[in-house]
Amino acid sequence: MAQSQGWVKRYFKAFCKGFFVAVPVAVTFLDQVACVARVEGASMQPSLNPDGSRSSDVVLLNHWEVRNFKVHRGDIVSLVSPKNPGQKIIKRVIALEGDIIKTMGHKNRYVKVPRGHIWVEGDHHGHSFDSNSFGPVSLGLLHAHATHILWPPERWRRLESVLPPERLPVQTEDK
Amino acid sequence: MLRGVLGKTFRLVGYTIQYGCIAHCAFEYVGGVVMCSGPSMEPTIQNSDIVFAENLSRHFYGIQRGDIVIAKSPSDPKSNICKRVIGLEGDKMLTNSSSNFFKSHSYVPMGHVWLEGDNLQNSTDSRYYGPIPYGLIRGRIFFKIWPLSDFGFLRDSPNSHRFSDD
Repeated sequence: MAQSQGWVKRYFKAFCKGFFVAVPVAVTFLDQVACVARVEGASMQPSLNPDGSRSSDVVLLNHWEVRNFKVHRGDIVSLVSPKNPGQKIIKRVIALEGDIIKTMGHKNRYVKVPRGHIWVEGDHHGHSFDSNSFGPVSLGLLHAHATHILWPPERWRRLESVLPPERLPVQTEDK
Repeated sequence: MLRGVLGKTFRLVGYTIQYGCIAHCAFEYVGGVVMCSGPSMEPTIQNSDIVFAENLSRHFYGIQRGDIVIAKSPSDPKSNICKRVIGLEGDKMLTNSSSNFFKSHSYVPMGHVWLEGDNLQNSTDSRYYGPIPYGLIRGRIFFKIWPLSDFGFLRDSPNSHRFSDD
């Protein structure tokens, strides 16, 4: 009896030890280095979810790359939605701070992106809830940089950072 | 000999990673001790006071009017600001000082909050850059640790007339 109790105790101790190591390490890794997420919706067609609702892509989100809030024009990034803080959105960066951009359906025809903000748009113009409706977003809402499509396997590829030529900023501010 | 040194190094690295991760989880999800600087929250928080901040109410969407929060600055994501929540989404806010003859109002949009410092004369806040997204809020300050003479829960806003009526 005493022996079995000792065994339970030992087992419990080992479990606790492993638990308190594994959970914080896993959470920190997912928060700071990388995680995976499924993309929902049609706003990034044709880059993501090209088949519409029949299949949804799984992407790799790299947190480490954006730890200093450094993004480039054309990158696909995920952000916390400014309208609904519980939701993440995935969009393409069109303009950085200081750029002047010609908008599509925003209240102003031309917008200068303010300091610490970026202009994001979905690739599927007209079917995307993006900066054309909520304006430039603060860099503090930046979540991660989407670098690869992981699933489905036949679509495995790197997500290239390309800016649609017709969406080039009117005037850029390069230091 | 070599094996002992290597084993020791590995164990040290492992412990460092483990405690670093535990610290990250605590600061990210539970809360921590923060030092506030700047005059914008006087007289509630003086320059270089040390306060306790908790992050749980942000994760459970428990931020209310009158809470003092730490948020990422909308114009510089690397710096933090410390302000009081004056309005939540849908509130009608006075965008200029109420002593002005011409009053202008605006509504706080969905998913945003209206922040103001307690020191209305010397604070760069939502009256200047507009409502900020809820996603920028990092945590809620509720307890002051230093200076000891002011130890305890934080006082209510001295500018209660700034809160919206409804």
